[in-house]
Amino acid sequence: MMPVPSSVPQPKDDFQEELVIRPLHSGDIYASFQFRTLWETDFMRGNKVSHYRLFPKSLGQVISKFSVRELHISFTQGYWRTMQWGQPFLPSPPGAELWVWFQDSVTDVDGTWKELTNVLSGIFCASLNFIDSTNTVQPSASFKPLGIGNVTDHRFLRYATLPREIVCTENLTPWKKLLPCGSKAGLAVLLKSEKLFHSSFHSQAVHIRPVCQDWQCKTTSWELRQTLNVVFDLHTPGQGKLEWSLFKMFSRTLTEACPLASSSKIYIDITDDPQGEQFEVSPATHLLSQAMVLGDRRTFSVYDLTQQITFGTVRSLNLLIRWKSRDMLRPLLHAERYVAGYGLQTGEIHTLMYNNHPYRSFPVLLLDSVPWYLRLYIHTLTVTSKGKDNKPSYIHYQPSKDRVRPHLLEMLVQLPPNSVTEVTVQFERALLKWTEYTPDPNHGFYVGSSVISSLVPSIVAMDTNSTREQPLFSSFFPCKEESSYFMRVYTEPLLVNLPTPDFSMPYNVICLTCTVVAVGYGSLYNLLTRSFQIEEPSPGLAKRIANIIRKMRGVPPL
Amino acid sequence: IIVGVPLWWRTTETYRAWLPVSQINELSNLQLQLSAEVEVVFARGTVTPEQQKKVPLTQIQDEEHTVDGDLFINAVCLVVTKIRRLQGNICLKCVFSRGHSFEVQDMDVYVGQRRTALLRIGAQMRVGKTLDQLLAHLEPRIKQVLQVMSFSHTDISAALSDRVRLSPGNKESIADSMRTFKSSPGYEITFSLLNPDPKSHRLHWDIEGAVQTYIQPLLTKLASVANFSIDSQTLYYAMLGVNPRFDSSLSAYTLHSDSLAHVINPVEARLGSNAASSNPVLNFLLYVPDAHHSPLYIHDRKKQEVPSNAFHSPRWGGIMVYNVNGFYGPEAVFPVDVNINMAKVMGVFLAQLRLLLGVQSSTAPSGFLVAPCGSNGLADWELDRLMWSRSVENVATATTTITSLAQLLEQIGNIVINDNIAEQVSSAVTSLQLAVAELETGNLRFALQYSKEAILASERAFFDPSLLHLLYFPDDQKFAIYIPLFLPMCVPILLSLLKIVSDARQKRREKQAKKD
Repeated sequence: MMPVPSSVPQPKDDFQEELVIRPLHSGDIYASFQFRTLWETDFMRGNKVSHYRLFPKSLGQVISKFSVRELHISFTQGYWRTMQWGQPFLPSPPGAELWVWFQDSVTDVDGTWKELTNVLSGIFCASLNFIDSTNTVQPSASFKPLGIGNVTDHRFLRYATLPREIVCTENLTPWKKLLPCGSKAGLAVLLKSEKLFHSSFHSQAVHIRPVCQDWQCKTTSWELRQTLNVVFDLHTPGQGKLEWSLFKMFSRTLTEACPLASSSKIYIDITDDPQGEQFEVSPATHLLSQAMVLGDRRTFSVYDLTQQITFGTVRSLNLLIRWKSRDMLRPLLHAERYVAGYGLQTGEIHTLMYNNHPYRSFPVLLLDSVPWYLRLYIHTLTVTSKGKDNKPSYIHYQPSKDRVRPHLLEMLVQLPPNSVTEVTVQFERALLKWTEYTPDPNHGFYVGSSVISSLVPSIVAMDTNSTREQPLFSSFFPCKEESSYFMRVYTEPLLVNLPTPDFSMPYNVICLTCTVVAVGYGSLYNLLTRSFQIEEPSPGLAKRIANIIRKMRGVPPL
Repeated sequence: IIVGVPLWWRTTETYRAWLPVSQINELSNLQLQLSAEVEVVFARGTVTPEQQKKVPLTQIQDEEHTVDGDLFINAVCLVVTKIRRLQGNICLKCVFSRGHSFEVQDMDVYVGQRRTALLRIGAQMRVGKTLDQLLAHLEPRIKQVLQVMSFSHTDISAALSDRVRLSPGNKESIADSMRTFKSSPGYEITFSLLNPDPKSHRLHWDIEGAVQTYIQPLLTKLASVANFSIDSQTLYYAMLGVNPRFDSSLSAYTLHSDSLAHVINPVEARLGSNAASSNPVLNFLLYVPDAHHSPLYIHDRKKQEVPSNAFHSPRWGGIMVYNVNGFYGPEAVFPVDVNINMAKVMGVFLAQLRLLLGVQSSTAPSGFLVAPCGSNGLADWELDRLMWSRSVENVATATTTITSLAQLLEQIGNIVINDNIAEQVSSAVTSLQLAVAELETGNLRFALQYSKEAILASERAFFDPSLLHLLYFPDDQKFAIYIPLFLPMCVPILLSLLKIVSDARQKRREKQAKKD
């Protein structure tokens, strides 16, 4: 049988890979990998999907078994410092975050969610099985589906974070296994854990959602986006010039694109210096691309790995950049959070949201999910900006139930231009049962990040025509209006000390009470059983000594 | 004390629901009675009408298979002569004919696709023999047919291999019995195409169509035995664990049968476990060697090429090597598009699937001609055979689970037995009893159904997490709690007891002294 090229069916799936490198103003380097698999298939209508090519089988089975409409999971080590680094392409909170939209055919959403988290914890080797009803919430407004489908009934949404989760190599290996080329070819060759985890920030994520295939949205396909963001701290202070290369960052160079990828590109952000005065990129490329990222028009130089010419004569690509440090635009929106108060009984959570836009105010959605053991006093909730009371236009509050569900607080707040808005709420610490304490309870208890989602007014006009070929990093959040862009900001997780008992206490108590009882019982018993007799008072010491001496002398005693 | 002791008793006792222990013990010395009904039909002219009247209506043959000590299986073959319809589901029919319909001369028995076997009377029996002689001649043949078409000793001991240690020395039979998958309510079949070299080969396989045409008919037929689900995936850059050796005489790479054992492990890491169910997975891998290591052939122990270029691994699946280097010339431009011939691949995989599922595990004795299986790849009597052995295996597994659970609960008094566990156990026991009863009457379908239910219920009871809660609450901790309370209290009591005893002795002594 000879191969007949014309009879070869057009593959229904497509794979793209991309790496964006952006030098940060703090001297660090931000590298963002995105791998996208598009598959023209239908998981939705109950027909069984069972033949996989580029799409990983394990995730496909999860989608079809649990009737998942959208799944977003991220594992992050370290906190993204918005003030120093600007906005990430894809934000994620420290620890693990999972949010899932189920299809409306699911009847028992909570049971499915429980099973799903267990299966995912097996797939990603993470402790997602600790997600239960006490840390799961159903946000009413903050997490809308990112793919097609206008289901907004939040009964089918589940959101949970595990701020304590520590991300390491064992999470990276299964993540890499989902890529069609594994770590054998293409950009994934650079993903070596010994370098990736030796960094200031590491975040890996998997996003699955249904998307439109074309502009009219006649056919739908499933999109699997695997992203990995990492910030390297290669900067040695005292040197004026900053230098960086692929080999220095990843201890690997690139030799080929993944043969299965339809596009494989590296973008380097050279926005501030298109003339090449401050930037020195080698090998040089003439391909330049402009893209809208987070309300900013940025210029990138592009390296296309599918072209053999990119690799040059040495057949390996080792990008090298030298640049001078420069100032950065302040991010328009950022937030921070801390716990105030003293003692172990009450406290206060402060959330600060900064609007750095010079003249425009915009609304933000704040989502707070607080565990039940911090009892929020919602009547103490105050929102102030510029010293004045700022009344939220929408508040959705779901009080907690002890050991069943957490507090959920969502509100829509208008942030005035160039201002700081402060949200405070007081809480009381609850006493836990002794089996409910985590290992090492004196370390404290984590409270997950608050999420601030907002449509931020853009400085430059956006291009909403999504059919145009655009880089992956700029196409994740759907953007509907030209004048604003969607942004999500996560605050720091909180670490709260709860009153911790001395864990050897039960045994001490047992011992003490038993001793007391025994002593009491012993004396009582003695009292009851002894017969009392009057005893001759014993002769004094002097008399006894005298008697002994008299005995020795043979004289009768006194 | 009146208040304290009952209070202490109530607060410290563990809840233990009632378990049908006696029934479990009864089950533990498993006595199965398998019965198969055989209908013998005499072709016209084989027996004279007078003889026909004399033929006994029913005849029962007992056969005892003792498998290791306490457990034995009583196989009853109910031989029913004369043309009579039977109620039972399963009815082997032996058509006793004169033999003119046989084309092959040296064949005595022809086993058909459904449940029919044709027997031929030997030439010496042709004419004028008495009925007793005829029947005596018939009997061993029917026995043989039964062994082929329903169950034999080896089948049963293979099905019970979990419970019974096989006698050592019989290596071949152990390998045979270990090849088939354990009985399970469902199986996942995964076809994986391994392409270690996507740069040079762009492979296309029409797995969807191939599954529909080749695999699905067999699975539809087997639907009563277990649920099957099929999926497929393509894995790139998946390597075998062994470096094949270049054989210059063949100008090909060879993989020796000794090194095949090392092939699977590195591939298995890529295969991924099934996320959606916990049923056992049957893996079928199609390995297309990369361009630099082609062609690749598997050699057996005698250094001969294996014609199918495939091998299977017991209770795991099968691997086939598919060379594509013949499809393009040396001047071809990489990557090359290759369409895989699915008929060839699926033929091999289907044979492996039959082996792994335990169909056709024994070879027919000499003189038997087995009809080739039809379009669905499975004859009716083969399905029956599978159902026999599966039911026996299920019953054995479920009883083992239930008895060991009962033993465990008996030994460790600390374990809490919740009502739902007791419920599961008793439902498992009832299903087991029903399954055994159905086996006795020969209703295979129901027997299999009940035995499956029994397995499910028993496993659910055995692996219930609530059994674990107090399992590791050791006695020394109880002592640690009670000793500080009781030891100081006991000291004065003991001392005063001693004093009383010594006082009593002294008094007695004084009395004796007074008497004296």
